Amino acid sequence: MADEQLVDPDLAARVVELALQNGGEFAELFAEKRGGLAISIDESRVEAVQAGAEEGAGVRVISGGTTYFAHVDGLAAADLERAAEQASAAVRGERTEARPLRAAASAPQRIERRPEEVAVERKAELLRELDERGRAQGGEVAQLTASYSEGRRRVAVANSEGLLSGDDRTLVRLAAQAVARRGDQAEAGMETHGGHRGFELLAGDPAAIAEQAARKALTLLDADPAPAGTMPVVVGGGFGGVLFHEMTGHGLEADHVQKGASVYAGKLGERVAEPLLHAYDDGSMPGEWGTEAIDDEGTPTQRTPLVEEGRISSFLYDRLRAERDGVASTGNGRRESFRHLPIPRMTNTYIAPGDAKPEEMIAELERGFYAVSFAGGQVEPATGDFVFGVSEGYLIENGKPTRPCRGATLIGNCLEALAAIDAVGDDFEMKTGFCGKGGQRAPVGTGQGHVRIKALTVGGTAL
Amino acid sequence: MSELVDAAERAVEAALAAGATDAEAYAAEEAGREVRVYDGAVESLTAATERGLGLRAWNGQRAGYAYGTDLSEQGVAATAARAAEAAAAADEDEFAAPPRQAGDPPRVEGLLDAGSIELPTPEVVDLVLAVERTALEADRRIAGVEQTVYADSVERVAIRSSAGVAGEHEASSCYAYLQALAEADGGGRETGLGFGLARGPAGLDPVAIGREAAQRAVAMIGAGKPASRACPVVLDPTVAAGFAGLIGSTLAANAVQRGRSPFASMLGEEVAGEALVLHDDGLDPEGLASAPFDGEGVPRRRTALIEGGRLRTFLHDTYTGRRDGAGSTGSAGRSGYRSRPSAATSNLVVATGDLALEALLREAGEGVYITDVAGLHSGVNPVSGVFSVGASGQTIRGGALAEPVREMTIASDLVSMLRAVRAAGEEARWVPFGGSVRTPPLLVAEMTVSGS
Repeated sequence: MADEQLVDPDLAARVVELALQNGGEFAELFAEKRGGLAISIDESRVEAVQAGAEEGAGVRVISGGTTYFAHVDGLAAADLERAAEQASAAVRGERTEARPLRAAASAPQRIERRPEEVAVERKAELLRELDERGRAQGGEVAQLTASYSEGRRRVAVANSEGLLSGDDRTLVRLAAQAVARRGDQAEAGMETHGGHRGFELLAGDPAAIAEQAARKALTLLDADPAPAGTMPVVVGGGFGGVLFHEMTGHGLEADHVQKGASVYAGKLGERVAEPLLHAYDDGSMPGEWGTEAIDDEGTPTQRTPLVEEGRISSFLYDRLRAERDGVASTGNGRRESFRHLPIPRMTNTYIAPGDAKPEEMIAELERGFYAVSFAGGQVEPATGDFVFGVSEGYLIENGKPTRPCRGATLIGNCLEALAAIDAVGDDFEMKTGFCGKGGQRAPVGTGQGHVRIKALTVGGTAL
Repeated sequence: MSELVDAAERAVEAALAAGATDAEAYAAEEAGREVRVYDGAVESLTAATERGLGLRAWNGQRAGYAYGTDLSEQGVAATAARAAEAAAAADEDEFAAPPRQAGDPPRVEGLLDAGSIELPTPEVVDLVLAVERTALEADRRIAGVEQTVYADSVERVAIRSSAGVAGEHEASSCYAYLQALAEADGGGRETGLGFGLARGPAGLDPVAIGREAAQRAVAMIGAGKPASRACPVVLDPTVAAGFAGLIGSTLAANAVQRGRSPFASMLGEEVAGEALVLHDDGLDPEGLASAPFDGEGVPRRRTALIEGGRLRTFLHDTYTGRRDGAGSTGSAGRSGYRSRPSAATSNLVVATGDLALEALLREAGEGVYITDVAGLHSGVNPVSGVFSVGASGQTIRGGALAEPVREMTIASDLVSMLRAVRAAGEEARWVPFGGSVRTPPLLVAEMTVSGS
């Protein structure tokens, strides 16, 4: 692949210097060129074909504990200089000399088949296949919508410490949503397949997700209202990992921790879970949805242990927060685009496989709840209160998953729920998700095998 | 503005030259700033400018969309080519057609606070610091403020189409919010949100914003789990707004026509208690979503959605309006130039009633006052309307507020909840959750509360 240069290094150096004209300890240029395509099918009709292309840059200066930031559209010299002028306008500080830029090695993910080189008709055809496969699951499948999306972000980072690096990121994702209907009753099922990959991601049988989505919706037609109360909960693999993402991942982000707005503040090295729990954040996993060669500050991504043998091993850092704690960045400084400041974010976060058999984890329960998958979740890191919407769940009775349940929500407090994990399955799967924080959206991978929590509150309508 | 108009006109021409039979360009620019404050000092100061163009192209009955930030001759031509290509890839849809100009858009005064939106940044910083300081000094149990954020912007929009649509408009907005942390004597932290919205910083009351965050955080100290039961619930305006937003999204005709709304077959039917009156108002100058025209140039208006307990209409853009034969209600929403227009709410307005909050609580008798919900996006089935969401607030005992409660869920379904609305409070406020919503507190006769 011809490596087209996003910003000329001499220009980047000039912009960084200009950003320091009124002082500051640190200055940085983040340049980005992004483009993408989205297509969907609804009512068996291909529609909403949408293509976008944006380019622009953000310049930040850090001086005396304050971050000054400006962003502009466009990557011409005049655009970048305008951003540097605006960012530095209000700075009054000691002048720092910028170090000469030295290109750092960065190894973007290898993309076998560039999605933008695949004809749009092929993508439309794929969606028709999903539509057919989903609808073929039964006459009660009333609606099927599916979407294909591809995106490419080319980024370059240059800073006053002499760093010059870049990345070229390609994401492809397929999603299917089915609605099943019986009389007045309507239920939805959803499934996705995505990765930091090219069109090769969709080799094999990508349309299977439409069947899975339809099956989920059909299953829910037979569902009873979810129980309400506290009981043991077995969480399914894959997107079940969103549980750890919310319960622990967010609370380990250093910005929350440093402001005392996390229940994990002051708990580094402390035991918070049974020794069987090991969890990691790894932005370097090949091909995963949250994978990047470098973060959006130019720090190479890495595998960071979050919990090992039940103890908190590390927080998640960007540059700014790492410097405050006197540690190295963990490569988690991410931003939604050149229009945003980097903040500590998760990449691919997962609970490592344990040695329990998923069937046995369920078989040991007389009564409980089996949360196979979630629609999403939310946490307030400062209090640790979390909530998850269950998209597919079953009652466990006498060691077996029995009746499907609708409208279940899991609710609890991080520290209690984490300490209550008493089994981790030997299966493992990664899934794609989007995480929102501080008004910024980021693609994140979540993963785990089956995980059992001794006691958790299930909020349903059946009292 | 003239540059935007020029870009929009060039884009329409370029799309036609690229083979489109019709085209519509929406050019927008935004300039603003953001101030974040922590612990008495400025944490970050952002100067933001943004400009781009979204282009809808029709190829007969096929429609496509493209957007870009490059407004040069060449950049616009590239966007036009992509839009035309996108249209060619879509399937035919008999209702796809470019909107026509339906009369002159109304003049809406008060959308731009030209005086105060340009308040010098040092004065804005003082305002944000005052918000934080107010919260910190409001109560000895306030342990800190996680962050205090202020942002403002001026947005300009120009729209042009080959079918004769032409319009420009300009609006300013700003907001401030903070998250206060309260600590009980025995440890354990609680959070409280305070916020304010206005057309310019002169419209924000820093003391009221700071105090609200402190009060909300302190009120939650010592919260426990309530007992599971079905009981009356009073939703405070921030919570009522979230639900109103959800209901609004299910009343967008797109979801309705495709059978994905719990209200799909309920037009004209009884869907709510008489106390619940809901309008979509795209013209109220206080509503931050107000504009003379919608995302495809059709004049904004005020539309009754639920009145007299009955569902009066759905929200239509040109496409859904044609498909229903009902016509557009001026409800084509866009979140900037990157998004295709589609039917959505503008400002939702829930009518006020005549009860003070104390009277609502008295009427509730024994129940829960909900001041915060979590998981509105993951805990609601938008097709069936069944929901179960995380909640916190205060117990209502003997018709008055008692101890705080948390780690519970409230569950019902949207239609049952609307029908169970017994009364609306007399005091409404604008809330930025669930879109742009103005609502009073609401008394709901019964919901399932699930705690211990």
